[in-house]
Amino acid sequence: MTGSITALGLALAAIGAGIGIGQIGGRAMDAIARQPEAVGDIRANMILTAALVEGAALIAMVLSFIL
Amino acid sequence: MRSFSLIIGLLLSFLTVTYGQDQHGDQHSNSASHAEEASAGQEGHGACGCLHDEEAFPEYNPTASAFQHIGDANAFHVAGDFYIPLPCILYAPDHGWTLMMANKFEAHHHGNGSKAIDRYVLVHGEVKRIADTAFPKGEVEIECISHVMESVKGKEVEMPVAVYGGTCYALENRSTLDGGVFGGGITSFYDFSITKNVFTMLLVLIFFFLVFRSVAKTYQARRGQAPKGLQGFMEPIVLFIQDEVAKPFIGARYDKYLPFLLSIFFFILGLNLIGQIPFFPGSGNVTGNLGVTMVLALFVFVVVNINGNKNYWKHIFWMPGVPAPIKLILTPVEVLGLFIKPFTLMLRLFANITAGHIVVLSFVGLIFIFGKSGASMGGSLGGAAASIPLTMFIMAIELLVAFIQAFVFTLLTASYIGAAIEEDHH
Repeated sequence: MTGSITALGLALAAIGAGIGIGQIGGRAMDAIARQPEAVGDIRANMILTAALVEGAALIAMVLSFIL
Repeated sequence: MRSFSLIIGLLLSFLTVTYGQDQHGDQHSNSASHAEEASAGQEGHGACGCLHDEEAFPEYNPTASAFQHIGDANAFHVAGDFYIPLPCILYAPDHGWTLMMANKFEAHHHGNGSKAIDRYVLVHGEVKRIADTAFPKGEVEIECISHVMESVKGKEVEMPVAVYGGTCYALENRSTLDGGVFGGGITSFYDFSITKNVFTMLLVLIFFFLVFRSVAKTYQARRGQAPKGLQGFMEPIVLFIQDEVAKPFIGARYDKYLPFLLSIFFFILGLNLIGQIPFFPGSGNVTGNLGVTMVLALFVFVVVNINGNKNYWKHIFWMPGVPAPIKLILTPVEVLGLFIKPFTLMLRLFANITAGHIVVLSFVGLIFIFGKSGASMGGSLGGAAASIPLTMFIMAIELLVAFIQAFVFTLLTASYIGAAIEEDHH
């Protein structure tokens, strides 16, 4: 087995971000099903929140490259 | 329509297979030259060998190949030995300016130049400088660009060298952001060249200048009438940014920031889309370049913080409405957040575009891995059969990502500006 422990950390961060973005997407679908007329607002906010969660995974990625 | 895509697919697989055979031919002469090199190495100790056909790669290296294709270059590779030369504008403090076209290096296959000009050489389409100051100046015919294996941090790394007069001349390390603190290094010259990425940016700039000037003229000529032609195509996109991004996130004063948001959106979208084209005017991986996204994020950082009002700064340095001990914790977090916001903006665009390109290049690399670098024809065919549908699927996703990332960058910029100019509600 070769590799670095930082890759493991990155993988954990990616799992966390994946769960988070999955929750955001799922809840947004629920909300759209409940209120189809609000689809525009929900979509914009969904992408915004998903982008913020993604930021955590990106920072983990950079740290794994640097360390 | 279906038959059309089938024909394209067949054509692609044919092209890749013929390229695989080409590699196959090279492989033979390569192994022959390896034997020659080995015997030469035994006779003259430390003498630097040259592989006879410039193919300095003993076998296909997927990582190096992928990173070379997403990197920037000083010449635009079209096909085989044909390069579109781009102007090289180089400045070295110990030598002065060097202005020339990249075809002066007389690049062969793989973008390795066969000439050194004022100690500059072309390696994989990229200008590098020979580190040894004793190397003769002016135009010098070099034997080849080769590689030596060197151990860096316990790993064997291929280092490019220029072979001249039977001696290997080491090339300067690529400049890195840290300036050589964490390894890497810093070059002794400044490269102001119109590289592939700069060329692509200028192309996109000119394209959008022409498009928007024509649209603006149509608006003047057809005042009060329904949109028509190109105008009808652009208007919904501009209105989308205005109504879905600027108005909800910035608020009443959105019109001041709308030009900035639109510029960022169209610039990123244009570069993302032109990066999807795998041949000549495209193929420049601009938004997948950390330097470009860094400058874009820097613009956002400056615009947000210049326009930040008293309320915004108060929320950063002394959050109102929370107990004093919590304020002491919150202030460093908020100050860090000030920099983390544009930092993630930079990384998000870079990582998404680069990841997409690397996945495509990995799938294309399957052809060479299954074909054992061209030794097995059946393997190449099998690899092509597997990689073509996968590549087409990933490129379809990349098309979606190109739009989403341009949109997300604009949306987050708008939300940061909105947070900076928000009035006090308390």
